[in-house]
Amino acid sequence: MATKTVLEGVRDAMYNEMVRDERVFIMGEDVGARGNVFLITQGFMDKFGRQRVIDTPLAEASIVGVAIGAAMAGMRPIAEIQFADFIYPAYNQIVGEAAKVRYRSAGGNSCPMVIRTPYGGGVRGALSHSVSVEALFYHVPGLKICVPSTPADAQGLLTSAIRDEDPVMVLEHKKTYRLIKGEVPDGDYTVPIGKAAIAREGKDLSVITYGLMRHFAVEAAEKLAAEGIDAEVVDLRSIRPMDRETVLASVTKTRRALIVHEDNKFGGVGAEVAAIIAEEALFELDAPVRRLCGPDVPAMGYAKEYEEAFMPSAERIAAAMRDLAAY
Amino acid sequence: MPQLGETVTEGTVGRWLKKAGDQVAKYEPLLEVETDKVASEIPSPFAGTLSAILADEGATVPVGAPVCEILAAGEAPGAPVPAPAPVAAAPAPAAAAPLAVAPPEAAPQPTVAPPASAPSVPAPAVNAPAATAPAAAAAVAAGDAGQNNGARHSPAVRRLARMHHIDLSGIAGSGRGGRLTARDVMSHVENTAQASASTAPSVPRTAPVPPPSAVVPAAAVKPSAPAHPGAPPPAAPLPAQVTAPAATPSAAPIKVAASTVQPLPIAPPGPEDTVIRLSQMRKTIAERMVLSKTTIPHAWSMVEADVTALVKWRNQEKDAFKAREGVNLTYLPIVIQAVCGAIREYPMVNATWAGDSIIQRRHINIGVAVDVDEGLVVPVVRDADRYSLAGLATTINELVGRARARKLTMDDLTDGTITVDNTGSLGSIASVPIINPPQAAIITTEAIVRRPWVVDDAIAIRHIMNLCLALDHRVLDGAVASHFLQAVKKRLETYSG
Repeated sequence: MATKTVLEGVRDAMYNEMVRDERVFIMGEDVGARGNVFLITQGFMDKFGRQRVIDTPLAEASIVGVAIGAAMAGMRPIAEIQFADFIYPAYNQIVGEAAKVRYRSAGGNSCPMVIRTPYGGGVRGALSHSVSVEALFYHVPGLKICVPSTPADAQGLLTSAIRDEDPVMVLEHKKTYRLIKGEVPDGDYTVPIGKAAIAREGKDLSVITYGLMRHFAVEAAEKLAAEGIDAEVVDLRSIRPMDRETVLASVTKTRRALIVHEDNKFGGVGAEVAAIIAEEALFELDAPVRRLCGPDVPAMGYAKEYEEAFMPSAERIAAAMRDLAAY
Repeated sequence: MPQLGETVTEGTVGRWLKKAGDQVAKYEPLLEVETDKVASEIPSPFAGTLSAILADEGATVPVGAPVCEILAAGEAPGAPVPAPAPVAAAPAPAAAAPLAVAPPEAAPQPTVAPPASAPSVPAPAVNAPAATAPAAAAAVAAGDAGQNNGARHSPAVRRLARMHHIDLSGIAGSGRGGRLTARDVMSHVENTAQASASTAPSVPRTAPVPPPSAVVPAAAVKPSAPAHPGAPPPAAPLPAQVTAPAATPSAAPIKVAASTVQPLPIAPPGPEDTVIRLSQMRKTIAERMVLSKTTIPHAWSMVEADVTALVKWRNQEKDAFKAREGVNLTYLPIVIQAVCGAIREYPMVNATWAGDSIIQRRHINIGVAVDVDEGLVVPVVRDADRYSLAGLATTINELVGRARARKLTMDDLTDGTITVDNTGSLGSIASVPIINPPQAAIITTEAIVRRPWVVDDAIAIRHIMNLCLALDHRVLDGAVASHFLQAVKKRLETYSG
């Protein structure tokens, strides 16, 4: 077991897979000479050469489009979008092409590629370095979406994503990169895509969340434990496929569900989780399903006050949990 | 039966606008319901097929009781329908297994069965003793009726209650506002299991519940119902159901001991007699008058007002007023203005007896008694003190019109703080009005008549109007009441537009 940051988990997953499989290569803005804006791939170009660590122009549609072609031709590309905020030009490539390759060709072709991108706020990233994009993609059949929140999950899920036979998006919350440290099992470590984790066991209510919010939710739950409220925290880890069983088992146990995400509320991942609970576990519910999410405003502002107003905090999550527990 | 006003406890089915088998759209008018004074169209809460009518036209049913069944769109017939005789709880081992006893409910439930339970298996009669006591069935029914009338329960609570055959009305809730949580139900189940294990094995799982008639008091206080100022107290014996007034559910509780009024023996109607069926309004008036006369210590006072100047002013103004405002200039709005002014001087009149306190109302909401074909209603002019004379005249005219057309809403009839009754319109020169509870006072305006009158040291012919006041002596004493009456009188005698 080694203690790593999330950033190191991401780095080790890519490094190990590039060592293990020559088909794996990285392309993106500043991934080579600069070693990525967060220094994740620092030294990669020296180690693996310019053929496998490719600096691209500022052209996201091309980054993903080229990666799709390479994947269909037998490679294992990791396409990096420098910030999730820049992913929109690639939307057509991801949704219109990558997600449909296998279906369109009746299984004759596949598109084994990874699109990884840092997302989320809380780092004074302002309007174009704070966005959460998961809801724009999780509607689309044919895409898998991972949202690791711990170093082990970051490494394990990214490893699984690189080995997957279909396109996988790995959304890494940029605030967790250096903030969150944790142990990662040694050796060839993978985490199955589509499997949630119980971040904290409890019996009074379930908090269903992912990404950075998992850590805030656990912090809030520990705070509430002192007040006699025993909350369970479910970390989805994968948004699609979504682990319905774990969600439903938790809600069946606690009978109360609070969904927390940083992405804004309307049509967010929480809407789907709430719908699953309503469809499958109505008669287990002892309280309305609640959501605590970012506000429905166009972006997270730069000012600290704007950022704090946008991001759910441990305090706000604790308040929502308290409220639901008392219902 | 929907709750048509916060204090209404029952309603009478007036007319079905749909018949069994008809398709209904959501919000489409389904039936007419008469409550105390209002006939309302009830929209359908669901889209689907009206599969059964459970309350015929003319039937009076308590709020929350089922009046019909609607098969939701897409729902197959044979979905859970009220079981005719819910089986009493089986002994302990069977209670753990979910028994699908369908409670009688206003609306059919979606046919979603609890995932863990065996769906749609009727309660097996094998497990239940053949001699299922009717009382037990009644208790289950009453429990469910109480559930519908009162708090709404979460799906989990409802499922657990069905599973364990629990009457929820006896369990204390620990959730917000006393809400019953699933955990409350589970600890009740555990406690009951322990209790029955340690006592007799034959303890029924369903807690005994008073029969439905006791759950829904027949004569609960309805603060918005009318007083009938001019009428003498009902001479005829009252139906038994009005003789047990219960504590009011409203914010102004009037604690009433169970009345001991017994119906006097009455000779059965002879061939030349006519038996008049009690309308809902008649029943309510009777209940309210008995309640008022048996619980409020009435005191009475009267003053004579010389309104000669007012009459002269009105005669000068009335044609122009009519042309300008479109409504007749009557004395009623003028009296109401005077009453409002006097209330501002003596606000204690605008109050209510609340058992352990007196609530003095800040808003002056004047109830205006209006006689209609079947009896009398008292629509309310809210914040009457804020109106101009023309505004009052227009508002009263509009309320009277809607009252006679039976188009008043519950809002029109609630929250009155004092009543003004123009008994003089029928020629009366003195009345002993009955207070409209929970108000503390009612004032009547009597007919204006020309009388020989002492003015200074001479006798003149003047226009005289009597004002009569009945007051709740718990709230007010004679001095305040007299000052108040004098203030009204003075305002009328010096009125100048």
